[in-house]
Amino acid sequence: MCALYPDLLNIYADRGNLLVLERRCRWRGIGFEASSSGLGDRLDPGAHDLFYIGGGQDRDQELCAEDLLATKARALREAHANERLVLGICGGYQLLGHSYALAGETIEGVGLLDVRTVREPGPRLIGNVAFEVSPTLTGTEDGRPRVLAGFENHGGRTRLGAGATPLGRVLRGHGNDGRSGWEGAFSGHTIGTYLHGPLLPKNTWFADWLIATALGLDEHELAPLPDELERDAHAGALRVAGV
Amino acid sequence: MARGLAMKMALARGLGALSRLRGGAGTSAPGKALLRMDPEAIGELSARLPEGSVLLSATNGKTTTATMIASIFSHEGLRLVHNRAGANMAGGIASTLLAAARPGGGIDGELGLFEVDEMWLASIASQLRRPRAILLSNLFRDQLDRYGELETIAARWAYALRDDHTRESALVLNADDPVIADLGRERARGVLYFGIEDQGLSLPGIAHAADAKHCRRCGAPYVFDAIYLGHLGHYHCPGCGQTRPHPQVSAEQVSLEGVRASAFTLRTPAGSERVTLALPGLYNVYNALAAAALASALQVPLASIRAGLRDARAAFGRAETLQLDGRELRILLVKNPVGANEVLRTLALEPGSHDVLAILNDNIADGRDVSWVWDADFELLAGRVRRATCAGTRAAEMALRLKYAGVEPRRIVVQPDLATALARASGDAGTSGRPLYALPTYTAMLSLRELLARRGHIASAMSTEG
Repeated sequence: MCALYPDLLNIYADRGNLLVLERRCRWRGIGFEASSSGLGDRLDPGAHDLFYIGGGQDRDQELCAEDLLATKARALREAHANERLVLGICGGYQLLGHSYALAGETIEGVGLLDVRTVREPGPRLIGNVAFEVSPTLTGTEDGRPRVLAGFENHGGRTRLGAGATPLGRVLRGHGNDGRSGWEGAFSGHTIGTYLHGPLLPKNTWFADWLIATALGLDEHELAPLPDELERDAHAGALRVAGV
Repeated sequence: MARGLAMKMALARGLGALSRLRGGAGTSAPGKALLRMDPEAIGELSARLPEGSVLLSATNGKTTTATMIASIFSHEGLRLVHNRAGANMAGGIASTLLAAARPGGGIDGELGLFEVDEMWLASIASQLRRPRAILLSNLFRDQLDRYGELETIAARWAYALRDDHTRESALVLNADDPVIADLGRERARGVLYFGIEDQGLSLPGIAHAADAKHCRRCGAPYVFDAIYLGHLGHYHCPGCGQTRPHPQVSAEQVSLEGVRASAFTLRTPAGSERVTLALPGLYNVYNALAAAALASALQVPLASIRAGLRDARAAFGRAETLQLDGRELRILLVKNPVGANEVLRTLALEPGSHDVLAILNDNIADGRDVSWVWDADFELLAGRVRRATCAGTRAAEMALRLKYAGVEPRRIVVQPDLATALARASGDAGTSGRPLYALPTYTAMLSLRELLARRGHIASAMSTEG
């Protein structure tokens, strides 16, 4: 697993996501190696199963965007083409799209997702959120799409382009732009979402899905873990989102 | 004095009393009512203070630092108008002034001492009409869902300090915080810096919860020569040469004594003294240093500073110790990653395995977004917990955090209801004599104190609303 800009784009407890992946691998005896790639570092698209980009303050996001294009974009595109997992959260999600328009200037993204993010007049989109993930990506449970619950906090409004597939349908909360009813986006195994919480501690099913997908396994092939606390926390997150 | 104001004050007091009768908590209610009728009330009432006002703000430590300052001034025999319960927005400050104001036109106090919420600094500073001094101690990532970005607050503060109303206020700034220290950049004089000077305390690397790692002037990453807490330490910029300002007031030879006490040598322009504190942790050393620096800026003698700090006790709900059915209950407030890290680090200084009652709420004053617990180093508790009882509105999440932090699941109990959780945590067999450490978020602390007050364990539980 490779975390991009872990010292700059980590403002929102992204550490929790990485911790959950690491533990759930270790508890199953699955080898887990975390590396990082910062400003100026190259990226080896074949060396990692999962690339992670978290959120950051505007200033840091701009810095990272420049660096992404200069030193890592090609590697990320190759990883994407090879169906490696690329997960972008909030700021990371925005950078996986085509562009992010701030006041007065537009940051160019890597363009793995056909989305564009703009700022609009109005309050930040903040609050508890829950959405159903597209069954095309993560299947169903008891015949229903699986649900991710967490917290969003973003000023950017993300619009899906013609070629974009939303990650899921909003049950409660704002999602991409507070209007469309869609949250996140994905293309192949490149996934972007605004969900904090952090995402994976509150939704360990998704952590396991990521692990299984990264290893080319079916989720059922992963050793089950005693997940009583995880289930409680997930239920709590759903409850607080009003689902 | 304007008759209009007298009437408005009486009305506001009446409305406040009514609100309390109806069960509203609010030490802010009367002040809010007054400000609605007279938006200039804070300025008018504070103008009655013969010694003027001082104000302080920070992400962490406001209430404790203010408590320490109050203790110092009490040794000088100076009577304060001080929002000691911590209601630190306009309504709370107006209420404090209203409570001290005399109907005949005077005020019951000589100097105003106000802790101010970070987002309210500019507004309050201008309403106080030229405060004598402004103390700014630190800016950390706090409740992200409440304030968005740290940069916003820093920019607002910088702007506020260029205002006519504050241009002549003495600035007392933490040299160890690059964002704070930079606020003094444009002043030729009238800035007093404070900081820690103790190489032995330096942490190995910049902690995860650290912010402010890039130079305020040129954007290059700071090189930290020493890190004390979060992003506080000694730093310089290899890009433009900016360095940490030299502090006129400093703490040397710091000694931390578990959860009970601490001590340091205070060095000021007026001399040096060994200071002892009945409060634990490096974060309280910083609070004490900030209080000492403000007092120093106001020419308070060193003897009063030392005595005041020695006598300072835990502020309302912070590092308080109570007796509960034969055991010691220590309340260690946690509000954000940096504050929580300091509490955890201090707890880890106490040898052995601990009984912990972690209470995680997500009410508005706590921050509705509880993801911050994943940014705090609960890993410091790994292997150091005998039993962790998790309570509050997000108890399950807290339990999950502890599990992933390395606390064995069999030692974790989830009990959302506070009263039940407290009973369980304190009534455990084999606990007699062992302290119980309560780690509550803000509203959880208020609920806990209220519960303890109802049972007669503490004299009163004041509640506040922001």
